[in-house]
Amino acid sequence: MAGDRAAVGGREAWRVEVSGTVQGVGFRPFVYRTATALGLDGWVRNVDGHVLAAAAGTPGGLREFVARCRDQAPPLAVVAEVTVGQLDPGAVVPGSGFAVLDSVGAGEPSVREVPVDAAVCAECLRELFDPADRRHRYPFTNCTACGPRATVITDLPYDRERTTMRDFPLCAACAAQYADPQDRRFHAEPLACPDCGPRLSWWSPASTRGGEEALRAAVRALIDGAVVAVKGVGGYQLVCDATSDRAVAGLRRRKRRPDKPFAVLVPDLDAALRLARLGDAERALLASAARPVTLVPARGRSSGVAAGVHPGTGRVGVLLPASPLHHLLSRDVGRPLVCTSGNLAGEPIVIDDAEARERLGPVADGFLGHDRAIHSRCDDSVVCATDRGVLTVRRARGYAPAPLRLPLPSPVPLVAVGAQLKHTFTLVSGDRAVIGPHLGDLQDAGTADAFERAYGQLSRLCRIDPQVVVHDLHPGYLSTQWAARWPAGRRVAVQHHHAHVAACAAEHGLPGPFVGVALDGLGFGDDGTLWGGEVLVCDLAGYRRAGRFATAPLPGGAAAVRAPGRMALGYLLGAEDLGSPAADPALVDAYASGLGDGEARAVREVVERGVNCPRASSAGRLFDAAASILGLRHRVSYEGQAAVALEAAAGDLRPEPLPWRLVRAADGVWVYDPLPTLTALLRGSADGVPVPCLAAAFHSAVALATAGLVERAVAEGAPGPVCLSGGCFQNLRLLDEVSGRLRGAGLRVLVGRAVPPNDGGVSFGQAAVAAARLGRETP
Amino acid sequence: LGHGAGGRLSAELLDTLVLPALTPGSTTATGPLEDAAVLPGDDGLVLTTDGFVVSPLFFPGGDIGALAVHGTVNDLAMRGAQPLALTVALVVEEGLRLSELGAVLASLGAAARDAGVPVVAGDTKVVNRGQADKLFITTTGVGRRVAGLSPSAAHARPGDAVLLSGPIGAHGTAVLSVRENLGFVSDVVSDTRPLHRLVRELAPLGADVHALRDPTRGGLAASLNEIARDSRVQVEIDERVLPVPAPVAAACDLLGLDPLHVANEGCLVAFVGRDSAARALRLMRSLPEGAHAVRIGEVTEGPPGRVVLRTLVGARRIVDLPLGEQLPRIC
Ligand SMILES: [Fe+3]
Ligand SMILES: [Mg+2]
Ligand SMILES: [Zn+2]
Ligand SMILES: [Zn+2]
Repeated sequence: MAGDRAAVGGREAWRVEVSGTVQGVGFRPFVYRTATALGLDGWVRNVDGHVLAAAAGTPGGLREFVARCRDQAPPLAVVAEVTVGQLDPGAVVPGSGFAVLDSVGAGEPSVREVPVDAAVCAECLRELFDPADRRHRYPFTNCTACGPRATVITDLPYDRERTTMRDFPLCAACAAQYADPQDRRFHAEPLACPDCGPRLSWWSPASTRGGEEALRAAVRALIDGAVVAVKGVGGYQLVCDATSDRAVAGLRRRKRRPDKPFAVLVPDLDAALRLARLGDAERALLASAARPVTLVPARGRSSGVAAGVHPGTGRVGVLLPASPLHHLLSRDVGRPLVCTSGNLAGEPIVIDDAEARERLGPVADGFLGHDRAIHSRCDDSVVCATDRGVLTVRRARGYAPAPLRLPLPSPVPLVAVGAQLKHTFTLVSGDRAVIGPHLGDLQDAGTADAFERAYGQLSRLCRIDPQVVVHDLHPGYLSTQWAARWPAGRRVAVQHHHAHVAACAAEHGLPGPFVGVALDGLGFGDDGTLWGGEVLVCDLAGYRRAGRFATAPLPGGAAAVRAPGRMALGYLLGAEDLGSPAADPALVDAYASGLGDGEARAVREVVERGVNCPRASSAGRLFDAAASILGLRHRVSYEGQAAVALEAAAGDLRPEPLPWRLVRAADGVWVYDPLPTLTALLRGSADGVPVPCLAAAFHSAVALATAGLVERAVAEGAPGPVCLSGGCFQNLRLLDEVSGRLRGAGLRVLVGRAVPPNDGGVSFGQAAVAAARLGRETP
Repeated sequence: LGHGAGGRLSAELLDTLVLPALTPGSTTATGPLEDAAVLPGDDGLVLTTDGFVVSPLFFPGGDIGALAVHGTVNDLAMRGAQPLALTVALVVEEGLRLSELGAVLASLGAAARDAGVPVVAGDTKVVNRGQADKLFITTTGVGRRVAGLSPSAAHARPGDAVLLSGPIGAHGTAVLSVRENLGFVSDVVSDTRPLHRLVRELAPLGADVHALRDPTRGGLAASLNEIARDSRVQVEIDERVLPVPAPVAAACDLLGLDPLHVANEGCLVAFVGRDSAARALRLMRSLPEGAHAVRIGEVTEGPPGRVVLRTLVGARRIVDLPLGEQLPRIC
């Protein structure tokens, strides 16, 4: 402390440091306004990832200043910490006023936060549609409260010259706003106007246009039923008229995506209400600054949306405009628009203009682009509302790469490289975990390249230099092989389902112990077999397998994943023998005859002889089998399709559950024997019991069996709350029934909110586990 | 030990156990793994040795005897050599029927005669029941390089054309179907045959023949990955032109096998300079064993060691070494 001098004339000078998400969110202008209002002298600047201020005035004024920094921050800011220190009062000249200074880079290394992209704010939106405003209908308007961030930032600290907007020198009018601390656009780094900012362009084989003309050409094409590639915030999107069967079918054919639901863009909440039934939670999600695709119950035929938009499911993904361009487009077309990632199935979303022409050329009739470069790829996020909070299905634009906290810090910086599908990676420094945006299927060469690029970009931006790599046990994941290039002493392997449930526990700040329930597709077990229906007694560092689903052969390995019909025969002919009577051969024959002769015969032979039939204790595969037995799907074109069909079929029915059994295996692990469930399904189906009723009764049986496994583990001493994770919990009915049953048994149930329960959350879970393990090894 | 299928696990076994023991102190200096070695001190002579174990001993299109000749002749040929002589060592399990042994040996002899290579020495041991599985054969071959040919897995270069001498997937599928008595696989016959004449036919191309490989265990995927790794290049192939006979494709589909991972015994993949590709194809097609030769891809710019398949729908999939078992990567 500066001793008696600090109190001279009752005037003090404080050093105020604010960390968290404080850059790119209008924090410095906010500090300026606050300080000026309180009559303080001093300055504020961005330093690396945080904000540093020097303020001088009365102690009361300074205390108020600090309180407001903490409590009244702008809406997009997340204040993690405010640290205060004394300065020599002479450091700030009395009466010098308050200034916003240039950013400085080189400080001590710390985790730097990358601000996320935010939807158009109310003020900017009003200007967008105000004919008197100079930014009327300007597709790139933004301010300190809104606009592109993570996708345009090339380096930190966050300043215009370190974004892709550096190529657009400000005009006099914009420069004045940028420099005026009283203006909403004061230091709005991506600030732009029609005179100085980016410009739209339209390209089709027939015509090229610029500016407003380009928009008009795109609107006309969409009204005419064309597929238009639109350069969005974090990548190209494919857009078409969602009310046109022909347009939607054309997009499906060209994108080679036969069944997976498309998201629908509508201009506002009123339009969303015409499509879907929205609760308060759904409205809040739709209108949030992240503007995620929100999965909501569709109104069905009356919605006006073509049946091909979301076949096989009663849920439709809806999103509101995330950028001024999307506002203009959706209002001008005046119809709901299909809005889906600009890629071919499995590839990363396209961000480069030339690449878009090449890759999307066969899909799109025209391209609505512009000259603002996308630096970091970021797909649209996908969320849904549950009874007790949001469930993130895909964490990307608007959420990534905002950091999350780990309950146990890592003693060394690390990177966790995730799984294979729905790939993400997570960077960790101390207790801060930065999850990179969703990338897709690593088996795709473009996705693998996108991973390398995103890893390089994000580790540099956040200034995290990983010393340890964390990976899955599956030797075939390309992420595991990427990790294998690191020296053996710097690799940590984490079991897939431990990572799943650890992700949930870590997000809730739980170091353990806890009971983890992973209902999942497939993941590599620590015994070399495939797992996927697991009850683990854990903490973050380790686990013990306490319960599981019975195993069944996957006839033809990956082929069985694409063909639920194979999986059903796998269960009916080769499920683990736990003492239940086998399925009635006549019923099996009758069912198998529906699969096509060649396939049924082949599956019988490979199951009998164990040829290319790895066994799995998977919940996801059990859902596949049930969907096929009910005749809902024998083949799938996307992951989870059979389970989606089963959930949709079940509707709101609450019939008696099908039978189920728990058996204690020789090794002491409790096992759910699904054979009675499946044989009852087979018989019910043969007896003409309505499919919805059977589908609902199946869900209940699986939920009861799962809860039963947990209750047995708890009865035998497993402590703590129950963490639910794994891709199957995207099935809201299953989630609801399992958690309801467990809560009914007096257990605390946790579900991932910001971190996806599917494989998109695996990297975060791996990071949490590795941090705990390394922390324990390092005293 | 699950290291048998010629994939990632067998590569690991080789890297971590076998090679360090046999080439002490030279862990960094060992060159690429080739099918056969050039004799130290005489770069015209090539030597290889191979152990043959196959169940069952007889399969559609061949048997272990013919395989023991073809496999060794082909390993020599992949270094650009013509076979000079073979030696054969038999380990026979007590109880093997003499008629079966006789049939194998007759086939072996016929295959050697057909390949034009003498069997100059041999050895036979009979072991107790259970100490071997019917019959193991170890064949050693010496060959002489065709003047001008010095292909190596490390010699592929950007711009090279990737040529395949014939259809893939038959051998592994045929053996599996008889071993497991899979009634739904029919009309699939092993492609086992010698390839040294095909290689000799390429002699006029000389140093433009950069790399040759016969995609046996681990299939075409393994061969391409080895060449991509050892030559530090990216290899791209095109699914649309990949020759997979219809019965093989149907069987693989039902079995859940990837034809790229299935073993072959009668085709080779050649990396040749772009300008020699058309001529190489012409030369290969002039012989019956190369009648269906096609260009399947090329060496492109990209991460070294990566093999990419352009699929029927235009996606670019990374082609990986097969795992020991076909473990799905899908969650
Ligand atoms: Fe998973
Ligand atoms: Mg060989
Ligand atoms: Zn704004
Ligand atoms: Zn301007």
